[in-house]
Amino acid sequence: MLRRLLKSFQYGVLPVPGRLLAIIFFVFLFTLPLITDQRFYVIMFTFASIFTIFAVSWDLLSGYTGQLNFGHALFFGVAAYSSALLYKYLGWQPWATIPLSVLIAVVTGVLTCFPALRLRGPYLSLLTLAFPLMLAGVVVSLREYTGGENGIAALPALAGSEVQRYYICLIAMTVSVLIMWKLTDAGSSNIRTGLIFHAIREDEIAARASGINTVRYKLLAFAIGGLFAGLAGALFTHVIQSVGPSSLSLTMSFQAIIWVIFGGIVSIYGAVVGVFILYPLMDLSTRLGDIIRGLSIPSTPFFVPLIKIEHFVLFLTDRPIIILSVVVIVILLFMPEGLAVWIRDKIERECPRCKLTNGFWRKECRACSASLH
Amino acid sequence: MAAIVITYAVVNGGIYALLAIGFSLIFGVARLVNMAHTGFFMLAAFGLFYCTKKIGLGYIEAIAVTIVVVTLLGILVYRFIIDRVREHHAAVLIITIALVMIMESALLWRFGGETRGVPSLIGGYVDIAGVRILNQQLLTVGVAALAIIMVLLLLTKTKLGIAIRATAQDAEIAGLMGISASRILLVTMGLSVALAVVAGILLAPLEGVRPGMWGAPLVTVMVIVTLGGLGSIKGSIIGAFIIALVEQMASFLIPNGGYLTGTIILLAMVIVLIVRPAGLFGTMFEEEKL
Repeated sequence: MLRRLLKSFQYGVLPVPGRLLAIIFFVFLFTLPLITDQRFYVIMFTFASIFTIFAVSWDLLSGYTGQLNFGHALFFGVAAYSSALLYKYLGWQPWATIPLSVLIAVVTGVLTCFPALRLRGPYLSLLTLAFPLMLAGVVVSLREYTGGENGIAALPALAGSEVQRYYICLIAMTVSVLIMWKLTDAGSSNIRTGLIFHAIREDEIAARASGINTVRYKLLAFAIGGLFAGLAGALFTHVIQSVGPSSLSLTMSFQAIIWVIFGGIVSIYGAVVGVFILYPLMDLSTRLGDIIRGLSIPSTPFFVPLIKIEHFVLFLTDRPIIILSVVVIVILLFMPEGLAVWIRDKIERECPRCKLTNGFWRKECRACSASLH
Repeated sequence: MAAIVITYAVVNGGIYALLAIGFSLIFGVARLVNMAHTGFFMLAAFGLFYCTKKIGLGYIEAIAVTIVVVTLLGILVYRFIIDRVREHHAAVLIITIALVMIMESALLWRFGGETRGVPSLIGGYVDIAGVRILNQQLLTVGVAALAIIMVLLLLTKTKLGIAIRATAQDAEIAGLMGISASRILLVTMGLSVALAVVAGILLAPLEGVRPGMWGAPLVTVMVIVTLGGLGSIKGSIIGAFIIALVEQMASFLIPNGGYLTGTIILLAMVIVLIVRPAGLFGTMFEEEKL
């Protein structure tokens, strides 16, 4: 057993740099609390894990099936609010509220799909954009039940300590990403969904002509998208222990899109890379701001320009969205496919004959020794 | 009360129409959803504020400077950033959102977050049917109407307008007729931004300026454009007044309606999309149908 595992590691992982990087990344995540005991990093990666589930579910729904959903926060917010309301009115604990609110998010996904079936392209995007904003308006106006703009606070925590919460979210993230990766794997011989999602995106009429019930698969995509986005929303609520209308905001929807497109759309790993680079970047810049505040610059005339620079840097670190925006523009101008896909193309090469991935250092394919040039 | 509702609906409708025409124009010609559209509107409002309050220019000079500078900025942004990713629909959306975020942050850094007032061009008010209407509001309606008529004349009567409409209908055939698509796109973007700038200049004295002022109009403009039909100028104008009226009625008639205006106009958009996906006056291309 162990020997077979070692062998598959030696022949399946070591020669493919992308897989090696993925394994190193997950080993790092699972041993993080051993490496550092600073609360800051543990909390940062807890949120990054939750948002990864959210971003990857957007990639599955919008990237793979091409149903550009601009209101993905709907599923996130519906699950977040149902968790909070279930606790507030029924006194349920997280282990009960999370599954039920995920179910509610799935139902929401299916319901969203019915009007969405009639539309495509920018029309679909505008339709889906409207739903979370409408719900946010309703939530704010029903302030007796939902707390209005202040939301609902003092919810029960997911688990006692930060490290426990971190591991719950990390395991949920790993399992969700694995499931979604398998579901969208177009080369799989057991699961056909991946291939069908690609077919729907590329040409829906052709897919229908080949005997695929596209309506059923679109419903499936919306249900899966709702499921995982809902899971992220419910986990998020019980980690920050409060919920507010910001979970239904435009920013929430667009964050997912920015992460996915930054990392690389239509590739599950791109979404993971996007979140795990951009989210810590935003968090760390706030921390950098705290460090700069700690420094005291003497107020002699010589240092006056320095103080001006300090003010500007502090302003930047307080609003990390500027840094994020600039990074996103630069990335999209120079690598419109996304960062992770761009890097993968640099470090991996596909054999033209047998379609096996090889490391960039090889001149010949490792299986069929065809030339890679 | 009906008179108040109608007055505000007409004033807001004029501003919305200017914004919606620009948004619709660039979508129709380039199939480009420009989320930074109301960002230019915000920049224009701040430009007017900066020129009149900080530099101390006269009103006419301030308006001229604002129109020229912001429109040029829009064209430069299009030429050097948006044009490069025009083929990737999702990338355009993300980049324009990122642009508007940068604009907001830059204004926040320079001016701070509070609402600032801008002096009216003309003071005083008139009484019409028992409603006190500011002269500035009358001016707004007049200028908006003038700008809309000029755009319509430009699009229907001039050679440039015909070229723009030809590119919108079929860029390839327009290219075969000797129309340079990239030049037309640049001109259309300039026109679209200029309309947003006029709207910003008109709104600034009425409601003041603040760095978050791009958000709510963006949603409204998207609703209007969908209602009227993406890419249809006539639809945008009519849609703007319908939505402005619905908004005012919602906030006057429904208790707690101030929070619900957004929900109600979005609901209107959803119904239109489901019943008639092309909007009231829009045309859908064959490849966009399902």
